Amino acid sequence: MSAQTALRAREGAPLSRAREGAEPRRRRRRWQPAWLFMAPSLLILGVFVIYPILVSFWYSLHDWTIGAAVEPFVGLGNYIALFQDPQFYNALGNTVELTIVSVVLLIVLGLALAIGLLKDGPVTKIVRSTFFFPTVVSLTSIGLVWRFLLDPDIGLIGGISHALGLPALDWLQSTTLALPAVIFVDIWKNVGFVMIIFIGGLKAVPGERYEAGRLDGASEWQITRYITLPSIRPTLLFATLILTIQSLQLFDLVYVMTGGGPIFHTDTLVTELFREGFVNYRTGYASAISWVLFALIMLISALQLRIFRYDDVD
Amino acid sequence: MTTSTEAVGARRRPIARLLPGLRWLPIGVGAVIAVVPFLWMLGVSFRSENDLFAHPESLLPQAWTLHGYLGVWEQLPFLRLVLNTVVFAGVTTALTVLLDSLCAYALARIRFRGRTLCFYLVLATLMVPFQVTLIPVFIELFHLGWLNTYQGLIIPRATSAFGIFLLRQAFLSIPPDLDEAARIDGAGHFRIYRQVILPLSKPALATVALLNFMALWNDLLWPLIVTSTPEMRTLPAGLTLFGGTHVTDHAVLLAGATISLLPLAIAFFLAQRYFVAGVATTGLK
Repeated sequence: MSAQTALRAREGAPLSRAREGAEPRRRRRRWQPAWLFMAPSLLILGVFVIYPILVSFWYSLHDWTIGAAVEPFVGLGNYIALFQDPQFYNALGNTVELTIVSVVLLIVLGLALAIGLLKDGPVTKIVRSTFFFPTVVSLTSIGLVWRFLLDPDIGLIGGISHALGLPALDWLQSTTLALPAVIFVDIWKNVGFVMIIFIGGLKAVPGERYEAGRLDGASEWQITRYITLPSIRPTLLFATLILTIQSLQLFDLVYVMTGGGPIFHTDTLVTELFREGFVNYRTGYASAISWVLFALIMLISALQLRIFRYDDVD
Repeated sequence: MTTSTEAVGARRRPIARLLPGLRWLPIGVGAVIAVVPFLWMLGVSFRSENDLFAHPESLLPQAWTLHGYLGVWEQLPFLRLVLNTVVFAGVTTALTVLLDSLCAYALARIRFRGRTLCFYLVLATLMVPFQVTLIPVFIELFHLGWLNTYQGLIIPRATSAFGIFLLRQAFLSIPPDLDEAARIDGAGHFRIYRQVILPLSKPALATVALLNFMALWNDLLWPLIVTSTPEMRTLPAGLTLFGGTHVTDHAVLLAGATISLLPLAIAFFLAQRYFVAGVATTGLK
C-alpha cells in the first residue's frame, strides 16, 4: 500500500501543471500572463494545501503507524475505532463543552462590553484597548502567565486567597477545575476581540431606528431586544461562526496550560490529534480525527447559518 | 414588564441618568482583570524565586532583580529563538504579501478561462481546517528533507488563501478605468500591478501583512511540528518546550514571554487602528 500512496504523491503535482499548460493554448494561441501571476500561489496551495487535504483522507483509510512494516487499507476502520474509543469521546466532549460555554459567554460579554463602550471618548478608547490588547498576544505567553497565576504556591490568585484565609486551589491539577480554568482564560483572551466586532456592527445600525423606538416610548431593554439585536444579526452570526470554529480547533492554550491533563480532563480534539499524530505517530488514526474535526466544523457552521436565517424578521 | 408606556417613560429618566455611570462598575472590574495578568507577568519577570514563594499575594516585586532577563540568555538559546521567529514571521509575511497580491491581481484584473474555477478553488481551501493538512504536509516535508529547516517553516506558509481573497476584493474596488488608461499608455500587466494597483491598495496590503505577521509570530502548532532541535525553534515553541523542563525559574520564563510579546505590543500601541480595523473586518487573528 505504501507504493500506492507514493504513486499518488507523484501524480498530484503534474496534474496542476498540466492544466496550466493546456488552458492558454486554447485561448487564441496567446500566452496568458494570468497563470504566471498565479503560479507561485497555486503551486504552494496545490502542494501544501489541496493535495494534503485529499491525501489526508486517504491516510485516514489506512492503519498506518510511522515506522510500522505494513500499512494495511482498513476502509472506515479508523473511524469505527474512533467512535469506540473512550479517549476520543473524552476529547470530543471536552471540545464541545469548551466551545458551547466559551462561545455563549463570549457573545454575551462581548456584546455587553460593546454596548457599554459604544460612545467614543478618551476614557472609552483606553478601556477598549485594554480589553483588546490580549488579542494581540500569543496564546503561548498568555497560557504561560495563567499557568503560573493559577499556581497554588506562587500564583497571585492562590496568594490572595491565602491572604484572605481561603484555601489556595490547585486549579490546573484538579480534574474538576482545570477545564473551567482553561475556558476562563480563553474567554479572557477573546472577549476584547468579540467586543471590537460588535462595536463595528453596532455602529453600522442607522440611528433613525433608535429614534423611532424612543419616540414610541420603548424602554432601554426593549430597544436592545427589538431594535439592536435584530439589526446586528449578521454580526452576531459572523462572531458566533468565527468563535465556534476557533474553539473547536483550540490547541495552544491547552498545550501550554495543562498539556491536556490532569488525566486528559482538558484534552481537546486537536491536542489528541497532536498526540496521536506527532507523539504516537499513528498517522492514519490522527488523520481520521482531523476529518471528524472537519465534519464537526461543517455541521455546526451549517446549523448556525440555518438557525440565524430561520429567525429572519426583515 | 407589564408597566404601561407612560410609566416606563416616567421611570426611565432617573434610571437613564444612573445607568451610564453604573455600567462603569462592571466594566472597570473587567478592565482590571484584563490588565492585572500583564502587570503581574512584568513584575514576576523582575522577581527572585524566594520573593515569589514568600509573597505570592503581592502584585509587584519586594525587591527588583534582573536575573530573569539575564537568565533568558544563559538558560535558553534565546538569541536563536528571537532570530528564528524574526526570520519565520518576517520572510513568510513578505512572501505572502507578494504572492497573494500577484495571485489576487490575476483573479481581479485579468480575464482568462478558468478564473472562476481558480477563485473557487482558493475559497474552498479556506473551509478546510488547517489541522487536516498537518500530517500529510509533515510527511511531504520529511520526503523533501525540509523538516527542521527554514524553507520547511516558510514555504508551505508563504501564501494564504485568505490573503488572496481579501486582496482580490480590495483590487476589485479600484476603478477599471485606471488600468485602462495605463494600458493605453502601453503598460503591461506587471507595470499596472506595480504602479497602479499596489499603490492604491496600501491599507489592504497593510492589513494582510499585519494579520499574517501576528499569526506567524504567535504560532505554536506549526513550528512545534516542523522543527525538532532547540536551534530551529521559534519563541512560542521554545518557551513552551523549555518551560518546566530545562528552565524552572519563573522569572526567566516570564522574562522570555515578555520579550516575545514586546514587538507586537509596541506595534499595537503605535498602530492600534490597523489592528482593530484588520481584526474587525476579517475576524482573523
